[in-house]
Amino acid sequence: MTMPFYVSPEQLMKDRADFARKGIARGRSVVVLGYDGGIAFATENPSRALHKISEIYDRIAFAAVGKYNEFENLRVAGVRYADLRGYSYDRTDVTARGLANAYAQTLGTVFTTESKPLEVELVVAEVGATPGEDQVYRLSYDGSVADEHGHVVMGGQAEQLGARVTEAWHEGMSLSEVLRLAVRTLGAVGTDGSLVDQGSEREIAPAGLEVAVLERARPRRAFRRLHGAALAELLTESGG
Amino acid sequence: MTHPADTSGRLPDAFLRPGSSSFVDFLADHAPDLLPGHRGTPAGAGGEGLAPHATTIVALTFGTDDGGRGVIMAGDRRATAGNLIASREMEKVFAADAYSVVGIAGSAGVAVELVRLFQLELEHYEKIEGSLLSLDGKANRLSTMIRGNLPLALQGLAVVPLFAGYDLDRGYGRLFSYDVTGGRYEEHDHHTVGSGSVFARGALKKLWRPGLDADGAVGVAVEALYDAADDDSATGGPDTVRQIWPVVTVVTADGVRRVADDELAATVERIVAERGAAHRAAHGDRPAGGTRPEGTQGGARA
Repeated sequence: MTMPFYVSPEQLMKDRADFARKGIARGRSVVVLGYDGGIAFATENPSRALHKISEIYDRIAFAAVGKYNEFENLRVAGVRYADLRGYSYDRTDVTARGLANAYAQTLGTVFTTESKPLEVELVVAEVGATPGEDQVYRLSYDGSVADEHGHVVMGGQAEQLGARVTEAWHEGMSLSEVLRLAVRTLGAVGTDGSLVDQGSEREIAPAGLEVAVLERARPRRAFRRLHGAALAELLTESGG
Repeated sequence: MTHPADTSGRLPDAFLRPGSSSFVDFLADHAPDLLPGHRGTPAGAGGEGLAPHATTIVALTFGTDDGGRGVIMAGDRRATAGNLIASREMEKVFAADAYSVVGIAGSAGVAVELVRLFQLELEHYEKIEGSLLSLDGKANRLSTMIRGNLPLALQGLAVVPLFAGYDLDRGYGRLFSYDVTGGRYEEHDHHTVGSGSVFARGALKKLWRPGLDADGAVGVAVEALYDAADDDSATGGPDTVRQIWPVVTVVTADGVRRVADDELAATVERIVAERGAAHRAAHGDRPAGGTRPEGTQGGARA
């Protein structure tokens, strides 16, 4: 009879975490930024059909980086969770916090019990009645949750990009300002995946971007995608 | 089975299973007790007198090929329980999604739940697939849901909807009627359902004409409901004392719009004035019942 080699739990978890981190870092980043009228999401994604940013419920949106099939599965589960909860109770009883908890438990269980962790990182965001009531949760591959304020960057080079966003972002920015900041941040990663200096960022055409917002002022469903001429105008508007 | 309210722990496997974009199918699989049709009442028990009934719905098309052809749906506000009025301000016409409306006649409680589920079904599909269902697709989903309600319908809790929407592919508004077994029939020009539908349909046959504009069609819908309320005790007329007007929705390429109350108040005022004038022209200032010799009792008895 053969005995499996002994692997310490520390080593096992570290290997899994490294594996998941590597998978996530390969993908393009997603930037989530709060602005005066809601929350904006942006990523570089030339596809019009395979989304990284989507609507979950009236005031809740979802953004993800990593393996498409894995986060798509989680997205569908989130829509089912939200719709079922809203149907059994009331639409106002569906919250980002509840959904973030369910995702965290799912990611955490898969990380510790299954042979391969999920190579995804998620943001679950809910737009509130005022900017102070906005909620943004960032979820990692191991099920850890962070309650973020105002801005999040996930995916490749997330740490360095996050530092640049922290420097430039402030409360009460307009939609046009945060979108230009988002595109500048996404453009800071060169086509080869390396970080470029501030001021010499790549230009990204509006057609290559996936942009959506949770708009505070919209009556029920706050989620709206921005593309085409409307997006181009927001990106060029000076001073905004 | 996991209770739907259970939020502790991870998402149940059923949530993560790839497959259907239908919320109804998901419910049937995961929480069948939440579907209206899956709750049977005891065999043989009739449910007919148990719950309030919702009554008349009218729908008609309007517009021209050049100006765009839309559809209007309107419903009165009365719900009855036997010979009593259960509600004066019930709403029976709902936006199903951005481009379609559904009106309901039949057992009110089951009908409202069915509409809620139908709205959710369309929104769920839209979120998961990232695109809208075709109008025929929506009409067929409703058909499936009505069929699921057949056990309750056989016990007297029938729901008969009327569905109308703007077909984005074909570029005009369309109407669908249903029977309790889920049969789906496309209607042309106009249609009515509910207890006062016979009278409303008669009115529509005379008032509807091709090429009506939106405002004209709103007037026709309100007038058809007025005629239904005139002859059917279960249909409520416009309530000028409480300022309760019918629910009227207009569906065009721009989406669903609910006609504002002050606009309806003006329409009702015009119709009442016209009818009053017609009556005076025919009978002068005498009441319709005619004059009778003093001291004699006439007319129907209550």
